Amino acid sequence: MPIDKSIKKVLVIGSGPIVIGQAAEFDYSGTQACQAIKEEGVEVVLVNSNPATIMTDRQMADKTYIEPLTIEYLEKIIKKERPDSIIAGMGGQTGLNMTCELYDRGILDKYNVRVIGTSIESIKEGEDRDSFKKLMERTNQPIAPSEIVTDVDSGLAFAQEIGYPVIVRPAYTLGGTGGGIAETPDELAEILAQGLHLSRVGQVLLEKSIKGWKEIEFEVIRDGHGNCITVCSMENIDPVGVHTGDSIVVAPALTLADKEYQMLRKAAIDIINSIEIKGGCNVQFALDPNSFNYAVIEINPRVSRSSALASKATGYPIAKISAKIALGYDLDEILNAVTGKTYACFEPAIDYVVTKIPKWPFDKFFTAKRNLGTKMMATGEIMSIGNSLEASLLKGIRSLEIGQFTLERESSKKRSIIELRKRVCVPDDERLFDLAELIRRNYRLEKIAEITGMDMFFLVKIKNIVDKEEECKKLSLDELDHDTLKEYKKFGFSDKGMAQLMGCSAEDIYNKRKELGIYPAYKMVDTCAGEFEAVSPYYYSTYDDENEAEPSKNKKVIVIGSGPIRIGQGIEFDYCSVHSIFALKKAGVETIIINNNPETVSTDFDTSDKLYFEPLTEEDVYNIIEMEKPDGVILQFGGQTAIKLANFLDKMNVPILGTQPKYIDEAEDREKFDDLLEKLDIKRPKGKAIWTVEEGIEEANVLEYPLLVRPSYVLGGQGMEITHNEEELVRYLSEAFHKDKKNPVLIDRYLGGRELEVDAICDGTDVLIPGIMEHLEKAGVHSGDSISIYPPQNVPEHIIEKIKDVTYKIAIELKVVGMINIQFIEFKNELYIIEVNPRSSRTVPYITKVTNVPVIDIATRIMMGETLKDMGYSTGIAKQTRTVAVKVPVFSTEKLPQVEVSLGPEMRSTGEVLGVGSNFLEAMYKGFIAAGTPIPKEGSRILVSVRDSDKDNFLPIAKAFAGMGCKFISTAGTAKYLEGHGFKVEVCKKISEGIPNVLDIIRSGMVDMIIDIPKKGNDANSEGFKMRRCAAECSIPMMTSLDTVGALVKVMEEKLSPENTEIVELNEIK
Amino acid sequence: MEAQLILENGKRFSGKLFGAKKNVVGEVVFTTGMTGYQETLTDPSFAGQIVTMTFPLIGNYGINFEDMEADKVNLTAFVVREKCDHPSNFRNEMTLDEFLKQQGVVGLEGIDTRALTKILRVSGCMKGVIVTGNPSDDEINNMLKSLDNSDVIMRTTTKERYTLNRKAKIHVAFIDLGAKDGILRELQKRDCRISVFAADVKPEEILDQKPDLVFLSNGPGDPLDAPGTVDTVKALIGKLPVCGICMGHQIIGLALGAKTKKLKFGHHGGNQPVKDLQTGNVYITSQNHNYIVSDLPPDVIETFINVNDGTCEGIRHKTLPIQSVQFHPEASPGPLDVGFLFDRFLEEVK
Repeated sequence: MPIDKSIKKVLVIGSGPIVIGQAAEFDYSGTQACQAIKEEGVEVVLVNSNPATIMTDRQMADKTYIEPLTIEYLEKIIKKERPDSIIAGMGGQTGLNMTCELYDRGILDKYNVRVIGTSIESIKEGEDRDSFKKLMERTNQPIAPSEIVTDVDSGLAFAQEIGYPVIVRPAYTLGGTGGGIAETPDELAEILAQGLHLSRVGQVLLEKSIKGWKEIEFEVIRDGHGNCITVCSMENIDPVGVHTGDSIVVAPALTLADKEYQMLRKAAIDIINSIEIKGGCNVQFALDPNSFNYAVIEINPRVSRSSALASKATGYPIAKISAKIALGYDLDEILNAVTGKTYACFEPAIDYVVTKIPKWPFDKFFTAKRNLGTKMMATGEIMSIGNSLEASLLKGIRSLEIGQFTLERESSKKRSIIELRKRVCVPDDERLFDLAELIRRNYRLEKIAEITGMDMFFLVKIKNIVDKEEECKKLSLDELDHDTLKEYKKFGFSDKGMAQLMGCSAEDIYNKRKELGIYPAYKMVDTCAGEFEAVSPYYYSTYDDENEAEPSKNKKVIVIGSGPIRIGQGIEFDYCSVHSIFALKKAGVETIIINNNPETVSTDFDTSDKLYFEPLTEEDVYNIIEMEKPDGVILQFGGQTAIKLANFLDKMNVPILGTQPKYIDEAEDREKFDDLLEKLDIKRPKGKAIWTVEEGIEEANVLEYPLLVRPSYVLGGQGMEITHNEEELVRYLSEAFHKDKKNPVLIDRYLGGRELEVDAICDGTDVLIPGIMEHLEKAGVHSGDSISIYPPQNVPEHIIEKIKDVTYKIAIELKVVGMINIQFIEFKNELYIIEVNPRSSRTVPYITKVTNVPVIDIATRIMMGETLKDMGYSTGIAKQTRTVAVKVPVFSTEKLPQVEVSLGPEMRSTGEVLGVGSNFLEAMYKGFIAAGTPIPKEGSRILVSVRDSDKDNFLPIAKAFAGMGCKFISTAGTAKYLEGHGFKVEVCKKISEGIPNVLDIIRSGMVDMIIDIPKKGNDANSEGFKMRRCAAECSIPMMTSLDTVGALVKVMEEKLSPENTEIVELNEIK
Repeated sequence: MEAQLILENGKRFSGKLFGAKKNVVGEVVFTTGMTGYQETLTDPSFAGQIVTMTFPLIGNYGINFEDMEADKVNLTAFVVREKCDHPSNFRNEMTLDEFLKQQGVVGLEGIDTRALTKILRVSGCMKGVIVTGNPSDDEINNMLKSLDNSDVIMRTTTKERYTLNRKAKIHVAFIDLGAKDGILRELQKRDCRISVFAADVKPEEILDQKPDLVFLSNGPGDPLDAPGTVDTVKALIGKLPVCGICMGHQIIGLALGAKTKKLKFGHHGGNQPVKDLQTGNVYITSQNHNYIVSDLPPDVIETFINVNDGTCEGIRHKTLPIQSVQFHPEASPGPLDVGFLFDRFLEEVK
């Protein structure tokens, strides 16, 4: 059927903030959906609380609301916009759950909104565990013996019946939150209690474990006519037992004979037909490696992380096609955009091997329990393409930016064979390297297959790499002839990897390559294995002879992407890369993007004129530059990933657009930067690098406590602490120097002032500040984790002037061309500078949307030679809006066992939401709601624990809470203090004081909110740490900074609600 | 051992030999199936051809003796990017390399199969040789000239008549033009007694058997090279229901007065969409053919078309019980979406 003409206005719900299990893939799918609907002349109303997304840009939808994804606000938007249709499956689990709830509560009926695409009935059949089981029975599909339970006791009884181990899967949660594998009744009781709590419907599925079976996924699409195709099969290298989001995955499935493949394909299609999916759907199977027995694990009746991967792996745009199907089209009416000739009704044939490897946050959270299981822990992923599995895998590991260019890893090398043998049985982020090391030490392959459940096919491939690495170690540079070097390159070795193995430099290998004329050849991803002529500009490298990526003679610019989503470098940078592409396209320049993240808009093949899906290493990037010979390369938008290429590219005489590497270096090198500040007479907190404990004590006395201390060799606030006295400092320094004697520790005077931040654009003459952001929390909380307010609410005029002045001076002095981000502290009426990033920052999408200054567009045009004056801007701060927008960070710590929850100098948030209101409190209220922090009501019970230094500051807050009828629970210390000031407090035991203690109280659900202001974080043995972990795992809202609590109290006093706050369309921001 | 694939147009690809080691000549075609290399190897429709797989990793699950489409490898040579020497699958019985050695069939690995595929896509199927050493241009030209696939059907058809499923209900006279076992399996599953005839069967021989249905199998080569079979079918039309698949479909087309045409590089793979013109449903099918039926006479209606290029994928006679399809409802390898067509064929018997 062609388009349904009765569809005039569609509501699209986004997936909200980035959290583990729901990342950038939904920005990709949502953006595609919006475009696919809009281009049909249908109006799009978009709601998403996440300001960092491309989908929430003004030009993506007709109406854009950055509002909390709650029923109340969605109803307000529906009431105002009166869409005739809603599409459920584009915003991940959040979008699906919201649509179901709108339906269940009769809101869709009330406003005559119909669900297009997959229906609510179909969604429920696939999502609800009970009806899923019935569906499987009806379609004759085998599933592992399982039962839905709603209480712990019946769960234990069922497990007794089917035998351990059992898998626990809560209904309606994402990324397997609250699930796990239980080996014993005790473990089951614990996991079950948590799972029941987290499931929206209080349902948990218990299932007999089929750990060790192959895990195979199919992405399926079905149209309203009943036509059904599979887009891609995927096989997890890690067998069943590790969440698919945490598994290394290859596409297509590599170990299935046609009979097995077609059996599963048919099963997938039968299921999808039976529930009448209209759009994309994902089906996961477990397949017994020793028979034709299989079991359906689950289906996801929506676009998903896997569908994003399948789209990028094949070139088939699943989200776009799903959106078209929702509008009424059939598959054979939708053109295949890649070939431009064939139709969407076909199954992609691929002629390469795709590998996906998760990116885990353990480099940031080194205390975390790293074991992988049924709960997803990865924050992002990379994808790599090669024409052998070995090449694809090697590209994958160097895309991860974990310093690996071979399978040889220092940490694995240090382990004994016994340790390695133990470790490979318990999957964690280093398993691949441990496996390689075990194989390197001649451990028998068949036995590894037996103890890990991994298929021999994959183990042999790992062995192939290990053997080749060992062979490479024996080579010398002189004997490297054309054929040998070509063989290694073809196999998948990087210059750097070879250099490490041979003991020379990557440059040596590169020069040898140049001498012998060995360069990569790029092949096209075309959905059809070369069968049809394709127009898709989507490439990957090989060392074959025929190159398909013919460089044009056009004026062209390469934009370097930001790689996998990780804490500290999230979707914001994809936003920036994509907008830079848009700006260049507008200017008529040919655009080329290099990136390796399959979840993003930047790696959609029609975002840029040319897409290279490649690792972002020096070699891989330079190879492309050498062939394409671009007029310039843009690094500013790809976060640290791109910036760290600056010196190398400069050395290779590559024209870098924007701020030159010399000046980037000046901003990033501490000493050079200090000199610069001195020259400009700009204050920064005093500090020094010290090498011994004694030196530290001495220096501390000069600087005065409190002090901010951190190791000099890490970025992103890792290992940073605030020490208040000599005792704390000595402890920190002793530990630090014990761990690493070779590097100094940096100590700075800690200024507990107000933190302020600007993103500015400079053309060398003028400096435009789109807006100043004020942080709610005092300095000491990482800027990415603090609540950020625009326009600033409490900053005196002279400080604003000073910010303008300092920003101007620094930008001009650093010869910034494009973006710069500066962080300040206002302390005792003085302005200090704490950090300068000569690149685009994570606040750019936020400030762009709120101020309506097209920041990236302007910055890109400046890099291309225009000036701010040309564009009608001048030095100064752009006109402030009256509307207030508050950015609130969102954390995924509940998914990361043993990770500190309290705010500190290390960034921990994975995403953010925006609250938009006519004043600060309204915006703050919405921010809290959108971030999932409910506002305590009258009579709420609040568990309080405040460090001594802040007890006095807490008093006015306590008074406000008490005034609103809130009740306090505390352990002895805080209780005594509060009682002493006339508050009524219920005293509870500390953990060390016996049972029932504070943890039991938290678990019982008696507490509505926790206020815990810890003395210091990161000590896994401390009572506070345990309590915070417990709260996170039980999903109890918690605040760990008094500044945040202060704002909350003010919001409470205002008695705000969805009824008395207004929704704001982006264009209504004034 | 180093070897070269040399195409008619002079283009050369260097690789390594595996399987049997000898010089061969054949028509070079590609198939896009990502699984099912074993079915491809044994499919008689590939007789006389050098087949290249577009998927780079071949042999991953080894060779088993259950998934054969004939009792021997029928293609001339097998070209892959990378063969797997350590296959892994519970049914794996031997490696691809060993199997081809046993079957005396040449394998060539280490080829940029994508570059090869693109040449075939642009220039169309062409002849090629796989040779070791450095043969002279004359030698190569002689080899290329020596290729004659006009008798390929007679080379692959059954040597003698035989019967399957003796006790079954429906009697099918099956003309083997180089049949895949999969078709026979599907018919057997549906309670068919099958009398299998060679391609040069005479109409009387079939009529003598009083079958309920005449079924023409798939097979290799050009349908115009089988005029005898076309005549046989002509003689049976109107007397018995006639159905067919692939080559069988083309023979039926010719017998009904349609024409056949050669496609540039054919349809080979398991992802070809066809549209049922009656219902509008689209199915993903397994296909393996270089020729198509065209220019249908007025009493023949088109039942299926290829969604990609609009070519004829199925026909039915307006009044007589005759129908056929170009694609492979028996799959093997490929999707199982259109297995129901066998039921539809057998409805002609009623």
